[in-house]
Amino acid sequence: MSIQIIIEKCTGCSLCVKACPFGAIKIADKKAVIDLNKCNLCGACVPACKFKAILLEKPVRPSAKINVGDYKGIWVFAEQKQGKVQSVVFELLGKARELAKLLGTDVSAVLLGHNMDAEAAELIWRGADNVYLVDDRQLFNFQDDVYTNILVHLVQKHKPEIVLCGATTIGRSLISRVAVRINAGLTADCTGLDIDPQKKILLQTRPAFGGNIMATIITPNHRPQMATVRHKVMKEAAIDKHRKGKIINEDFKAEDLVSRTRLVDIVEEIESLVNLAEADIIVSGGRGMGGPENFKILEKLAQVLGGAVGASRAAVDSGWMPYSHQVGQTGKTVCPKIYIACGISGQIQHLVGMQSSKIIIAINKDPDAPIFKVATYGIVGDLFQVVPALTQKFHEALKK
Amino acid sequence: MNIIVCIKQVPETTEVRINPQTNTLIREGVSSIINPFDAYAIEEGVRLKERFGGKVTVITMGPPQAESALREAISVGCDEGILVSDRAFAGSDTWATSYTLAGAIRNVGKFDLILCGKQASDGDTAQVGPGISVHLDIPQVTYVKKIEEIKDNLARVERMTEEGYDIIEAPLPALFTVVKEINEPRIASLKGMMRSKQAQIIHWSAKDLGLDPDKIGLMGSPTQVVRIFTPPPRAGGQILQGEPSEIAEKLAETLKGEII
Repeated sequence: MSIQIIIEKCTGCSLCVKACPFGAIKIADKKAVIDLNKCNLCGACVPACKFKAILLEKPVRPSAKINVGDYKGIWVFAEQKQGKVQSVVFELLGKARELAKLLGTDVSAVLLGHNMDAEAAELIWRGADNVYLVDDRQLFNFQDDVYTNILVHLVQKHKPEIVLCGATTIGRSLISRVAVRINAGLTADCTGLDIDPQKKILLQTRPAFGGNIMATIITPNHRPQMATVRHKVMKEAAIDKHRKGKIINEDFKAEDLVSRTRLVDIVEEIESLVNLAEADIIVSGGRGMGGPENFKILEKLAQVLGGAVGASRAAVDSGWMPYSHQVGQTGKTVCPKIYIACGISGQIQHLVGMQSSKIIIAINKDPDAPIFKVATYGIVGDLFQVVPALTQKFHEALKK
Repeated sequence: MNIIVCIKQVPETTEVRINPQTNTLIREGVSSIINPFDAYAIEEGVRLKERFGGKVTVITMGPPQAESALREAISVGCDEGILVSDRAFAGSDTWATSYTLAGAIRNVGKFDLILCGKQASDGDTAQVGPGISVHLDIPQVTYVKKIEEIKDNLARVERMTEEGYDIIEAPLPALFTVVKEINEPRIASLKGMMRSKQAQIIHWSAKDLGLDPDKIGLMGSPTQVVRIFTPPPRAGGQILQGEPSEIAEKLAETLKGEII
């Protein structure tokens, strides 16, 4: 198993050099040469070569040879907390319906919880053809072992070809375990999901290297093809109360309910009542806020807009805002409709956490601040004048 | 307590730049650092050792130059560094990586706790930690922001959630992935730096670990990259000029449809 250049076909055009994310290819004597110490066998160069001169052999291990045709249908893991299905599930159902149309298959939601009949019905209104419902008192709260056991059991029984899950705390913890248990491929934080029209497989596109480049990933020989998607990346499926579907009650084995860990308590913190990841509008402050007391003006604007307050690492490290509000590489990645950056210079670590927002408004005194490079609307000025003006004008505009 | 910390060497992302002419990554002069989240795992391991005694073993899988990450971990208090490195591991996705690291941990022998950062800053998957715990068949707690206590082989920890945190008890041995809130990593002392320079780094290859060749590297990886591309840059924005109240009024009129 290795990668090689077919010398006869190589024209030395250097397209592969540009495609290599690891800088492992060089042109020497008008031919491409791969430095195997740098090459990660990622395969990005293979489709980049117009002359089919790069050969990457990927043998399938015999034990993994499964009949991919046995796997049918798209599943969405319907994450619930305290009996409430999370909004990311409706976003996944919207996407799942599009994919199901391309594949000519159906969409199922998998719901683990207790007394969830009304929620199961809503999943059908939101696009599920089937809801696999597993009901037990012990499933009311997420537990890593128990949820993994049951989801593994269901996937092995029904063999879906695709499983989608929210990239939430619960989703990421659960689905990583499931994928390893069932020997499936898993791609995290997809921003794009599509179907290859010829091969009928899932094309999973996600940011790599902090969002500067994108990678499209496939799972050719394993099933199901599993992917997680963050909040607000896909469009939420609308409610259609006339939609029909089946609710299928699923059994489980008693031993599947055995958890090695014990959930002692769930603590909700008042300061993070507005979930940053779910907010449609975020008003964020950075070093330019000058101090913790000044965040009040951001709170007022956020209140008028129905949004949440975020902060840059500089503001959090100064102790002005709690860590739960931090947006950026070491904080949260957000994707709201509107992101208003106030007194944030826009270091790359901050940008990777918010640059996929639909509209970015930046307010900063420094006209050369990097935040203006990603801003839809830039305002060079004093945030202590601009923010209160925005609060007032939005208040008036929204009242009308 | 025998503690194992798994770390990854990553490019310092601030320095990853795109060449606008060729649309490719500029990798020259990009320095490597310990994944920022792993620094918290290292610190927590060292703090637990200071509280309970024992040993902290730090493991990384990567190219030979990842040895420097292990030395850095030793400089802040880890006792031993293991580099898991082999050409056969190239092309590993998170499935194969977690299988390989689990194999290395088995090779270490008896352990009480495995600590990982919640995710790596270059891949952002958060999948390898949970994957290791499945391969080793031990319980996991992800996003740990505090280890409250460890008594009689039972750890009581706080797991960060979107709304606050959960309090969870886990029997040891277990695997925790940790978040930034858990501690503030120390800076290496002069003595620590001297020690790290002299430390013998253990090297393990695929053969040393007795791994199934079908489950490592490219062959052991269910996922496969088919295309890498540069996303179109954000459409050029506009700078709004004028008095704050004029700008505010214009924006409010333009955007009110987005808010309702």
